[in-house]
Amino acid sequence: MPAALVVVAILALAVLMLPLVALVVRAPWADLPALVTSAPVLEALRLSLVTATIATVVCLALGVPLAVLLAHSADAPAPLRRLLRAAVTVPLLLPPVVGGIALLLLLGRRGLIGGWLAETWGVTIPFTTGAVVIAQVFVSMPFLVFAVEGALSGADRRVEQAAATLGASRWQVFRHVTLPLVAPGVAAGAVLCFTRALGEFGATITFAGSLPGVTRTLPVASYLALQSDPDEAIAIALLLLAVAVAVLLLLRDRWVPGVRA
Amino acid sequence: MNGDGCLAGTFTARRGDLAVAIDLDVAPGRTLALFGPNGAGKSTVLAAIAGLLPLEAGRLRLGDRVLADASSGRVLAPEARRVGVVFQDYLLFGHLTVRDNVAFASRMAGASRRASREAADRWLERVGAGGLAARHPLALSGGQQQRVAVARALAAEPDVLLLDEPLSALDVEVRVDLRRELADHVRGFAGPTILVTHSLADAAIADEVAVLEQGVVTQRGTLDDLRRAPATPYVERLVHAAA
Repeated sequence: MPAALVVVAILALAVLMLPLVALVVRAPWADLPALVTSAPVLEALRLSLVTATIATVVCLALGVPLAVLLAHSADAPAPLRRLLRAAVTVPLLLPPVVGGIALLLLLGRRGLIGGWLAETWGVTIPFTTGAVVIAQVFVSMPFLVFAVEGALSGADRRVEQAAATLGASRWQVFRHVTLPLVAPGVAAGAVLCFTRALGEFGATITFAGSLPGVTRTLPVASYLALQSDPDEAIAIALLLLAVAVAVLLLLRDRWVPGVRA
Repeated sequence: MNGDGCLAGTFTARRGDLAVAIDLDVAPGRTLALFGPNGAGKSTVLAAIAGLLPLEAGRLRLGDRVLADASSGRVLAPEARRVGVVFQDYLLFGHLTVRDNVAFASRMAGASRRASREAADRWLERVGAGGLAARHPLALSGGQQQRVAVARALAAEPDVLLLDEPLSALDVEVRVDLRRELADHVRGFAGPTILVTHSLADAAIADEVAVLEQGVVTQRGTLDDLRRAPATPYVERLVHAAA
């Protein structure tokens, strides 16, 4: 490896690591216990954990079948296959704020469905805890789908045929063979999904706003605190960093979708 | 079982570029060896019988039950065929213990966990794998996996038994013993059996042999018929090699 490349690589590492080093070094360690147990932070933490957990459950319920469909689309015509894949990829590439605006245009008071929901059922979604969950699902589901799809395409699917010859119906094959076969991928996907949901900011603040206890999740609280109480902002940031590191340790070699240790 | 219980049909099945045409009539308690070189289409025939591959043309019945009919489009799903398969690389379920692999069919049919496991243990005893019940199948030797695969297929109480090169993945030493054991299980099985193999020694388990070369049956008869009068250079070469 040429020396020049090594230098650039170290520079790249610095770009990735120095901001986090700064965060850790400048953190108000002495006040940290008090800061992270203050009422507003605990309220945001509780809201974040609850919404991210619900979002993960919704992503599992919706995303696993979508991953199976995607894996089966190998036999579908190429345009359909590409469309399907693009539909899952776009939210991954989209700035979350754009996702938030799009959600407003769908579910807002004058939105595509939102108007009808408000008039017919008296239901308004934006700026509720439900909106937080919807925003999180929108941004995090692709992580789950691709993790599970990767596991499916890496697995030996012929055991599903073996199960069918043993009398298992399609549903039984899915439940008793396919799901256990891709369980590590589902678990990895769920963790990635939860982490992404927990960190979600742009779509949340656009679509759900920042009502304390209702829609003010940890990232939103951290951003707002930066103006009023920087130490609190840093404390919340540390909390979120700790979660990311914990997830990294939890997944180890498995954290690239589809690759199992 | 209804009707004469024969596995009978004339059909064509295709996998990739190779179309295989075959004419079958295997009576209950009888064993047909599908014999031929790799890539001749032997496994394609098994997949078509098990319902894992559609028929391109023709018809297949088991007794008076139509398994597949290409002209009417009637197809019985694999799970409804009661066709047991021992796959070439066994395809045991890695997430289940040996016992639960063998109990799988019974569980899927709605039996209780306890009854299924008890039946599984009896089958494992019968194939000489009673001590392996609590083990994980992918940690077993090839010979042990083969026994479990046989037990799993038989425990489903199928009407037809298909064996896809069940001995080819094994070492020479265990192969002779397992061939004898397999012959016993096949003899004890009441329905029609089809054994796919490219070994003349394994074909000796069968009552009749059909030689399949490049998708076409080139010779039919007993193993002695093949030895006496090989109809193709392929059969002749193998007979001479074995002599």
